[in-house]
Amino acid sequence: MSVLEAAHENDIDLEGACEASLACSTCHVIVMDTEYYNKLEEPTDEENDMLDLAFGLTETSRLGCQVIARPELDGVRLAIPSASRNFAVDGFVPKPH
Amino acid sequence: MSRYLARPLVSRYLSSVSSHPLHVCIVGSGPAGFYTADKILKAHEGARIDIIDRLPTPFGLVRSGVAPDHPETKIAINQFSRVAQHERCSFYGNVKLGSDLLLSELRDLYHVVVLAYGAESDKDLGIPGESLSGIYSAREFVWWYNGHPDYSSLKPYLKRSDTAVILGQGNVALDVARILLRPTTELASTDIARHALSALEESSIRKVYLIGRRGPVQAALTAKELREVVGIKNLHIRIKETDLSVTPADEEEMKNSRARKRIYELLSKAAAAAGTSEADPDQRELHFVFFRQPDRFLELDERMGHVSGVNLEKTILESVGSGKQIAVGTGEFEDLNCSMVLKAIGYKSVPINGLPFDHKKGVVPNVKGRVVSHPLGSLSQTEPGLYVCGWLKRGPVGIIATNLYCAEETVESIREDIEEGVCKSAKAGSKGLIELLEKREVKKVEYSGWEKIDAKEKQMGSERNKPREKLVTWDDLLAAAN
Repeated sequence: MSVLEAAHENDIDLEGACEASLACSTCHVIVMDTEYYNKLEEPTDEENDMLDLAFGLTETSRLGCQVIARPELDGVRLAIPSASRNFAVDGFVPKPH
Repeated sequence: MSRYLARPLVSRYLSSVSSHPLHVCIVGSGPAGFYTADKILKAHEGARIDIIDRLPTPFGLVRSGVAPDHPETKIAINQFSRVAQHERCSFYGNVKLGSDLLLSELRDLYHVVVLAYGAESDKDLGIPGESLSGIYSAREFVWWYNGHPDYSSLKPYLKRSDTAVILGQGNVALDVARILLRPTTELASTDIARHALSALEESSIRKVYLIGRRGPVQAALTAKELREVVGIKNLHIRIKETDLSVTPADEEEMKNSRARKRIYELLSKAAAAAGTSEADPDQRELHFVFFRQPDRFLELDERMGHVSGVNLEKTILESVGSGKQIAVGTGEFEDLNCSMVLKAIGYKSVPINGLPFDHKKGVVPNVKGRVVSHPLGSLSQTEPGLYVCGWLKRGPVGIIATNLYCAEETVESIREDIEEGVCKSAKAGSKGLIELLEKREVKKVEYSGWEKIDAKEKQMGSERNKPREKLVTWDDLLAAAN
């Protein structure tokens, strides 16, 4: 199950306009801990192409539809970019890209 | 799966200010309109939304702008359809603001009016020869091949020579280049309009030049689209190695934008690959031409009134501060012959009576989506209950997803204003709109009418191995809807 699917299963408002076809960046999530970001597989060229255009892109950004849940990722914290809400959660401020 | 279950997070936005429904009208049913509707429905349990569009079909540029060979990009329609079918939302097509009803009438009927009607006009070059036949805006050409009912009879000149010139190097420029150069056998199984497929099958265009006035580092296209075009079989890409040399300012631009850097790297790779291969006479060619700006269009005497080429001026880049570089003419000119020109230099919004408009920027002046009363006046004086979203608010830039955040900002402004008590009195809403439209004998197309059009197009498409065969005239669309 991808992060996008997990979000929908838990009624979290994460948009998935192209339904995981790598044709948009609406499921953009920010991995809040670098340690967890590094555990993920490198994004493909196709994912990077979409991330280039993502709103509020950071160095630990990924597309939610491409991040697959695994036991090693237990406890991962993800932030959803927002135009109007303050980013900082628990003092976290994402590094802009 | 239902995404409209009440959740504790959302309920903090519940309007407790009034006990009557919040009547909202959104003008325009493209991504900006639908994301706005979606967010208002989620934020206000008492909101009732009417989305109007001048076309009988919803979805704006997702239907009429996204290229036929990009079906994954159109998947967004699924979410928009769910919004249109929500019990507190209605779609009314074939209703034109300015003709069928006035902005002032909408503001009388609804607490909140959000204008999201995009940009249906074009930037002009303002150079001699621009009105010669054979010169089109990319918007017109795109609407033609996508079956927009206003442009089905465009009949672009595709048989006069083997060369077309596209001015601009954004994604729209790449779209039209691809449609001109892709083998028509590949286009035959897409939702391209039938008249366009037939015309392209007889087209003699084999060479397309994409002209940018600045360099590869400034090109407006994006990586996915560039990667795609470079990967097309039997399409020979031509880029001059000399155009790839970068200035210190270019290096700085690339350092500040990973997108710019990746695009430059892709173009360099494409140039290197192109340099080593031979073009065979049957191959189609796509040339990226940098550092050239159009000075005037040319016409041959014997084809009076028709474009025969473009006179281009060489440019160099000049820094104008804050990392920006502009193109400056060098006084050196050269001609490029062609029989068709497509201008892909940007869209422009259309003003309407009674709406403040910034003619310089081509947008409705606004602060976070609240319409400002006077373009040159104080930014703090805004029109109560009147908002904008999408290209009409930000200018014609960005992708579908950009509207998600644009809508979030506008809806936040609406929420703040509702809490301040902007919407105290009762309004007629849908009931009033329907009465008005009936009085004026406007044949509105409801969502169920669109479903009939949709079903008919899909059925016709299945007979031809296409996802749909679009209905392309106003008469056919309205007939199918009823």
